[in-house]
Amino acid sequence: MNGEEFVTLSLTPLLIGTFSAIACALPGNFLVLRKQALIGDAISHVVLPGIVVGFLLTGAISTWPMMLGAAGAAIVSVVMIEAIRRLGKIEPGAAMGVVFTSMFAAGVLLLEQTDTSTVHLDVEHALYGNLESLIWLDATGWQSVLDPQALAGLPPELPRIAITLLGVALFTWIFWRPLKISTFDEGFARTIGIRTGRLGLALVIAAAIAAVAAFDAVGSIIVIAMFICPPAAARMMTNRLETQVVWSVFFATVSAVLGYVLAGYGPLWLGGLDAVSAAGMIATVSGLILMICAIFGPCRTRSGAPNSN
Amino acid sequence: MLDLVSSQGITVEDRGPGDSPLAVRGLTVSYGQKPAVFSVDMTVQPGAMTAIIGPNGAGKSTLLKAALGIVKPLSGLVTVYGRPLEQQRTRIAYVPQRASVDWDFPTRVIDVVLMGLSRELGLLGRVRARHKAHAMDCLHRVGMRDFADRQIGQLSGGQQQRVFLARALAQEADLYLLDEPFAGVDATTEKAIIDVLKSLKSSGKTVVVVHHDLATVTEYFDHVFLINTRKVAEGPVAEAFTAETLQSTYGGRLATAQIDQISRVLG
Repeated sequence: MNGEEFVTLSLTPLLIGTFSAIACALPGNFLVLRKQALIGDAISHVVLPGIVVGFLLTGAISTWPMMLGAAGAAIVSVVMIEAIRRLGKIEPGAAMGVVFTSMFAAGVLLLEQTDTSTVHLDVEHALYGNLESLIWLDATGWQSVLDPQALAGLPPELPRIAITLLGVALFTWIFWRPLKISTFDEGFARTIGIRTGRLGLALVIAAAIAAVAAFDAVGSIIVIAMFICPPAAARMMTNRLETQVVWSVFFATVSAVLGYVLAGYGPLWLGGLDAVSAAGMIATVSGLILMICAIFGPCRTRSGAPNSN
Repeated sequence: MLDLVSSQGITVEDRGPGDSPLAVRGLTVSYGQKPAVFSVDMTVQPGAMTAIIGPNGAGKSTLLKAALGIVKPLSGLVTVYGRPLEQQRTRIAYVPQRASVDWDFPTRVIDVVLMGLSRELGLLGRVRARHKAHAMDCLHRVGMRDFADRQIGQLSGGQQQRVFLARALAQEADLYLLDEPFAGVDATTEKAIIDVLKSLKSSGKTVVVVHHDLATVTEYFDHVFLINTRKVAEGPVAEAFTAETLQSTYGGRLATAQIDQISRVLG
């Protein structure tokens, strides 16, 4: 592949995939340590109908309607969970499970019933992502990176995920200390004046924004792998949170790049004909990295787990 | 009306809630239908070591957590040195129960102690050599200096407890609140902790400890606060820690043999 082809066909999907993976891995580190990792999964399921409704109302896939729709869907879910929990008098876990699945199913049905043939939003893309089609048609080679006219033709998903990553990274950097302290010891954090409730909510919102922005790249099912696999693998490489986050960013990048390349060329190398889903391959690679770290990582023991008594 | 200077001469027992390090009025906390703490008044005496004593589930930890704003009370008023808690956070150091955190958390001993300096460091302030030196000094005081670079999960229970105490020392507070610091620790740790607490007391600090072991109360503490959802007794050990108050705190749950044993200790 020469430079022209690479910039046109592969540069933007690679960047979008990598930025998505890092934007999810950063809050994922804290979610995994707080044992809230499945919140990422819940978010990605719940927001689907909101994204579809946002699209239906505006007729275009653009950032704000999608984000607003996602936020609306999240609020509706919280209200529904509370209502089911109180009216049905059942435990919160069951209420959540019912609501998440129903919201996701509603999103899929909405998608199926809607004419979305003019844009890249259909069931398959919503579930598995759309990474391969996010190409940069205006590019003519590496010189396009400095050409304003060609840059204007960049797929809008790229600036969207880039801004999201910047926001998530800034949030992690500025609130690093309170996030770390309240994740380790919430009671102590409150006594020194950290508003742990608001901070926890901010973390979940940051994760939700990352999940919605990553929707383009990997769809709403596989995004969970981006939240969990790189941070969980990184945890087994080190016993320091600072180092863990660096490892998680590294693993996220490797998963995205290697996953994209393997999806595009792996089947050809093996004698097959067609490329496979990039999102699926990214999740598979991140899963393999997690497996390798679980077997060979230097910090796998859980000597410090609290005793049950 | 007494002015502030002459009030210094009043004996500790006479102090009202006005300038108490920690004064609680009408505190009620509930986790569900039943209150865990009901309408409790507490006035901690300055410069003293106070034990909060009561049976399991009597609301000892809850009282401490509500006084610190960790759990939200249904009602009640808390003042710290005569002012609202929010304005006095820097004067308080809290040591939670060891089992309340996951010790597998990826961090080192020194980093936990540095958490005690986070108000001073702010959001983005860099950890400088003097902060490190201060943290190392606090570790030294609990006999854990050599463990500074260890991952916290590699420590024994007693060592973890001492790291928590070092973090509280790093806060350089006036009031120290400890939740069950002696629970499940080895004899070396118990000795190390009590030595540190006594040295805090002798430098004029106030110490409040949720305590389990009735046998060591008279040896370690000079004030007690007995609670079983409601306050049972409060005062100097000699007056408030008696066979009668213990009986009404523990009810039938304290064997008569134990009461006898404690009565012997009390003389």
